[in-house]
Amino acid sequence: MEQIIQQLINGVSLGSIYALIALGYTMVYGIINLINFAHGDIYMMGAFVGYALTTFLGLGFIPSLIASMVACSILGMVVEKIAYKPLRNSSRISLLITAISVSLFLQYIMVYFIGPETRTFPNVLESNRITFFDGSVILDTKNIYILVITIILMIALQYVVHRTKIGKAMRAVALDKEAAEFMGVNVNKVISYTFAIGSALAGAAGVLVGIYYNTVDPLMGSGPGLKAFVAAVLGGIGLIPGAVFGGFFLGLVETIVSAYGGSVYKDAVAFAILILILLVKPAGLLGKNIKEKV
Amino acid sequence: MKKKLSAVLSMVLSLSMLAGCAGGSKTNGASSGDTIKVGVNYELTGEVATYGTNLNDGVQMAIEEINANGGVLGKQIEAVTVDNKSSDTEAANVSARLATRDKVVALVGPATSGNTKAATPAAMQNKIPLISGSATADDVTIDAHGKVREYIFKTCFSDSFQGVMMAEFASGDLGANNAAILADSSSDYAQGLAKAFRETFTANGGKILSEEAYQAGDKDFKAVLTNLKATNPEILFIPGYYEEVGLIVRQARELGLNVPILGGDGYESPKLTELAGAENLNDVYYSSHYSPNDTAEKVVAFNEAFKAKYGKQPDAFNALGYDLGYLLKDALERAGEADSEKLKLALEATEGFEGVTGVLSIDENHNPVKSVTIIEMVEGVPTFLKKLDPK
Repeated sequence: MEQIIQQLINGVSLGSIYALIALGYTMVYGIINLINFAHGDIYMMGAFVGYALTTFLGLGFIPSLIASMVACSILGMVVEKIAYKPLRNSSRISLLITAISVSLFLQYIMVYFIGPETRTFPNVLESNRITFFDGSVILDTKNIYILVITIILMIALQYVVHRTKIGKAMRAVALDKEAAEFMGVNVNKVISYTFAIGSALAGAAGVLVGIYYNTVDPLMGSGPGLKAFVAAVLGGIGLIPGAVFGGFFLGLVETIVSAYGGSVYKDAVAFAILILILLVKPAGLLGKNIKEKV
Repeated sequence: MKKKLSAVLSMVLSLSMLAGCAGGSKTNGASSGDTIKVGVNYELTGEVATYGTNLNDGVQMAIEEINANGGVLGKQIEAVTVDNKSSDTEAANVSARLATRDKVVALVGPATSGNTKAATPAAMQNKIPLISGSATADDVTIDAHGKVREYIFKTCFSDSFQGVMMAEFASGDLGANNAAILADSSSDYAQGLAKAFRETFTANGGKILSEEAYQAGDKDFKAVLTNLKATNPEILFIPGYYEEVGLIVRQARELGLNVPILGGDGYESPKLTELAGAENLNDVYYSSHYSPNDTAEKVVAFNEAFKAKYGKQPDAFNALGYDLGYLLKDALERAGEADSEKLKLALEATEGFEGVTGVLSIDENHNPVKSVTIIEMVEGVPTFLKKLDPK
């Protein structure tokens, strides 16, 4: 029994990391139908910004989190302007290939400048262990931080998209780009905002994961980036609650697979689920109406 | 065009014939003059240059000392040092050159198992003993058919030997009756260690409660660790490299899994302490070739001499290189003359050679039987615990 509870805690904390990254993925997809494969690498850049600020400038957790979100949103907008905007009217396959190139570019530019080795993230967030059942179930406060921040960001994002003017513009662009433009929506600005918000979320995820596993390296984005993509598709890509649901679902599935002795196959299981979902319910587990994006 | 080509071809042919002649007459030509030529082939530049350079420093220091004390067999040792640029092609080229053109009596190096394998054909074809001080892969001295490579020797223990010794340590020194294994499924190194540990530990009457695996690059180990914790093992054996082991140790301690953790020389890096956190690194033991904190007389003397010469603390590679130089001297003396064939026989007969990295004898597979150094982590600081002799 204790073991099951402990595994549930493990699964939820792993899931909240996937959910956090999946939020940005799903947001960009929802607006411009682009699977931004560079998202995982913007998350990596966010982790490095946080690493640099905490290690070299000695900043605390909250300031470095915010600074990293700002830095990533700028990076996201720059990437969009340079790489995606010129291709906005090309086929989706060329956009996809560009996204993969941007991803590799970001990875190897970091390998080139700072080297491929793993660096250790300073311990800026105090971690306390809360124990239950005479110490047989242990909950780390870092898990709670990540969970709470994920949920706060999800609610904030939901609010921005459904309750603000820019959110309304985003939904309009998602529905029909040309029509929105005719109605006076500045499409370029809206897409820039989308990338800024999505990348800021990646930056936050990067700092949190850096603190949670206390490591950062230039290739850290590719694995979790793909997992987050699976999570986003699982919940219904383009849906904000879907991304969070998919993240938790995937985290729990991986933990359960490991718990039953299949830790080597957990990635295989994750991608098998992706294939299954695409075959059976391409709109995702929470997806209903194809028109309802974001 | 055709004429040109045939001219080039005939030139190549005659050159290779010349080379063949040189190879044929070489066994007795190695000791001409009053020096004994030894080929030193290391990674002095390139990606693993730190290994090669440190080994080379050790070898050169040993040779200098030997020469200053009157040399060996009344002659001075002449080291012909070449750089293989950390590349296996280059390692093969330079060892062929050392064997055929420089007519060395023995080859020393390279540092990595891959480059040593690349240098192997040159040694085998020219019948010159090659001794590596750091190629730990199990298949360096034995070929794919399980046959011993006649002229290849090594003075460092094989990877899997560490699994054997850590199992002895677990059942002997720690008195453990059961253990759990968590091994990196993506590396031969970790798999070899896990297999050797399992066999020796169960042969000693211990029980393996569970075996789990992870993959290099994984970051979250909490699910498997929770599983392992449920079986209540007395010790954990985690063969692998420091990048993952650091995270595993931290997460194990976070989950309240406070049993001793054992592993191999893949733990050896200051990064381990950074990743795991000093407060989590207690009761962690790993095997190594050498420790600068060892208080044995020979080790202390070597440390001081090394510091006086190079102005820094020696590491395991320096010590292994140093031992290589002295083993060569020892074998040459026993061979009685600087002849490759006799040297090979002398190396095969090595028994109880006392080096800085332990007392070693060469077994029938051309691998050393030697003691391993057990390092204990105390608050994140690697501390010399003991030298463990093989049974």
